[in-house]
Amino acid sequence: MKLVKNILESVKPLFVEGGKLEKMYPAYDAFETFLFVPDHTTKSGSHIRDAVDLKRTMAFVVLSLIPCIIFGIWNIGDQYYSAISAESNFLNSLIFGFWKFLPLLAVSYAVGLSVEFAFAISRGHSVNEGYLVTGMLIPLIMPVDVPLWMLAVSVIFAVVIGKEVFGGTGMNILNPALTARAFLFFAYPSYMSGDKVWVHGAGADGYSGETILGALASNTASWDNLKWNFNDALIGYIPGSVGETSFIAIIIGALILIFSGVGSWRIILSTFLGGYLTALLFNLWGVNFLMSTPAHIHLLIGGFAFGAVFMSTDPVSGSQTNKGKIIYGLLIGFFAIVIRVFNPAYPEGMMLAILLMNVFAPLIDHYIVDASIKKRLKRVN
Amino acid sequence: MSKEIRLKKGLNINLIGEADKVYASVKPTKRYVVKPTDFHGLTPKLVVKVGEKVKAGSSLFFNKYDDKINFCAPVSGEVIDIVRGPKRKILEVVLKPDSVIDYKQFTTASAKSISREQIIDSMLKSGIWPFIRQKPYDIIANPSDMPKAIFISAFNSAPLTIDNDFALYGMDELFQKGLDYIVQLTSGKTHLNIDGNTNPSTVFTRAKGVEINKISGAHPAGNVGIQIHHIDPINKGEVVWYLQPQDVIAIARLFTEGKYDVSRIVALAGSQVKKPKYYRTIAGASIANLLADNINDGDIRIISGDILTGQHIDVNGILGFYDTTITIIEEGREQEFLGWILPGLHKFSASKTFLSWLTPAKKYSLNANMHGEERAYVMTGEYEKVLPMDIFPAHLIKACMIEDIELMENLGIYEVSPEDFALCEFVCTSKIEVQTIIRNALELVRKENS
Repeated sequence: MKLVKNILESVKPLFVEGGKLEKMYPAYDAFETFLFVPDHTTKSGSHIRDAVDLKRTMAFVVLSLIPCIIFGIWNIGDQYYSAISAESNFLNSLIFGFWKFLPLLAVSYAVGLSVEFAFAISRGHSVNEGYLVTGMLIPLIMPVDVPLWMLAVSVIFAVVIGKEVFGGTGMNILNPALTARAFLFFAYPSYMSGDKVWVHGAGADGYSGETILGALASNTASWDNLKWNFNDALIGYIPGSVGETSFIAIIIGALILIFSGVGSWRIILSTFLGGYLTALLFNLWGVNFLMSTPAHIHLLIGGFAFGAVFMSTDPVSGSQTNKGKIIYGLLIGFFAIVIRVFNPAYPEGMMLAILLMNVFAPLIDHYIVDASIKKRLKRVN
Repeated sequence: MSKEIRLKKGLNINLIGEADKVYASVKPTKRYVVKPTDFHGLTPKLVVKVGEKVKAGSSLFFNKYDDKINFCAPVSGEVIDIVRGPKRKILEVVLKPDSVIDYKQFTTASAKSISREQIIDSMLKSGIWPFIRQKPYDIIANPSDMPKAIFISAFNSAPLTIDNDFALYGMDELFQKGLDYIVQLTSGKTHLNIDGNTNPSTVFTRAKGVEINKISGAHPAGNVGIQIHHIDPINKGEVVWYLQPQDVIAIARLFTEGKYDVSRIVALAGSQVKKPKYYRTIAGASIANLLADNINDGDIRIISGDILTGQHIDVNGILGFYDTTITIIEEGREQEFLGWILPGLHKFSASKTFLSWLTPAKKYSLNANMHGEERAYVMTGEYEKVLPMDIFPAHLIKACMIEDIELMENLGIYEVSPEDFALCEFVCTSKIEVQTIIRNALELVRKENS
């Protein structure tokens, strides 16, 4: 610890004003504050401050993702071994999954942080912690077999166009992680649709690696006739993006977020509620197999739960008022199911629903705040 | 009809170093200072020169834009220095006190025999007027206004602050006398707001001629701005006056004894005070004598006022004109290795991201460390949890940042003061200087409207 500090102190003169690498100070600052909480003390206003900062908050989101990460890693291996019809044990699956997941994670962080550092240095502001979470979310919402170069391109797109052009963390309109996924899916549709990317090794022995949503959207079998049942979807023994399959792991994450106050319970609950009620409505109609899928199953399959807990709760791109959060969540749930059941070519509605509502969140807030303004004006007259 | 208000939002920060309810005696101080900077938005005009002799109650300077508002010497003695800052701004008028205070004599009058104009005139001449402050803007009240109400918060809810029940113990009669004059200053009601969490002293509960409202809940329940918001909110163009309980005593002394007597009781508190106790002192007194042999060594921070809103002063600093608490804490200038990832059993946070939530009753010794760097806004809903007002705090602050006056008005800038946002600043994950933003916005709006 002392050693680390001494090293930092010894190179610091290079980076401070007048040093050779003066322009690189944001990079130095990022490393220093990563290792040590800075010694800044309050200058004005409240003399004491809460111990929480953005690093802590972001670290908590990553912590809440750990159950999904571990289950996702195991599921990569488990799906692979069932695809090649080989026997496997828990450890084998975990190790296999780990080696498939690690490159995704490494590319996501390396590429994303490089862009972040480059922007921080060119603008001379400190490196924001937002990418700690985005960098973890991106591999979790990707299919396991996504080529690494595609991942890298989508990460660059997400960070530059999704975030930095607006001014960096805190200023973006769209959720950066979802921007990466949306880019990938619209830029390489022929690669991304279909049933090959979701399970490593799919295609061998005629094994289909299609997801539940893909199967339902092809309208050949109803939920009851699929090879998966309720428990599979609940626990997550199903094909899908790395982190999205296990409802239980996601709910553990949701509880951590809600309890710590990092994630908004209003958004999480209202998203589930909105999705459930909408699916219930379509059950009555039931003209295709996605419509007739039981409402509670809709919440378990695809990216719905993962999106509700980790994507829609992004405080920057979501609604900011308490009432607005409830409306925002309800509408995400609603649109996710609507897109699912009406668009068989694109059954994963959650991503589009959240991105759509990201765009409308400021409008929702505008009306909520406007109502309060009117109330205040009324008091005068 | 008096009201009972229960606030559900807010935050109590449990700190060690609360002042014991006993009076300690100290040697008299050798230095008194009146600081124009204690009064927001004041442009002072001096009436004394260095070397001049003054009595307690003699004018030292007045408000350049309203020469009726005088600022007087708290003790008799000699003006030994006038400290100026950049652009010759007057920062301090320094007095060397006489051994026995010689008071300038003002006329006394009973509350019944004196009109509103006479009361105001007397208060202006004697220098006691600056105790009456107004909202909006949080500045000294304009004597030509007619406030729609007057508010007195009988209790403080901020951590480690003075307990008025103790400080005003036995002053029932004097407090009532002060109120008798104050109620005449408004055409509306005078509200005395008492702590609904405890059994307040009879000084307050038996007060007559005023509305007694009970406010309960966590800090900032004791902030007068919060109380006004819930009892009689301020609309554009309206003015409310407010003062503190000890100011009422000073007003009573003026009219009963004819003296500008601003002696007051202060609490010396905080983790770095060896024996936190109560002291009798005078507004404008140097605090060096209170701190002698009573503070811990090391890097400390001395605050005139409470820990959330006070002024940072040094060991020879001055008790602020409105302050009744001196708080001393650690400066906390250390770097913590990987502090953002450790469990944090000993760290206080309103969020539950540190394991300290396991021990909710624990008392903390917090220092002045920022615990992080300033960032753009990311988290939402944090401010709402600690601000018991029907206001969108984050939206208001953003309107203040972009200096959009119309939007600020619409979002309720007239109802807020920096102190009401102190907890927002405390909990802010992005470490935004919220109180400064609100103060600057209020100044901007005031200049625009004047």
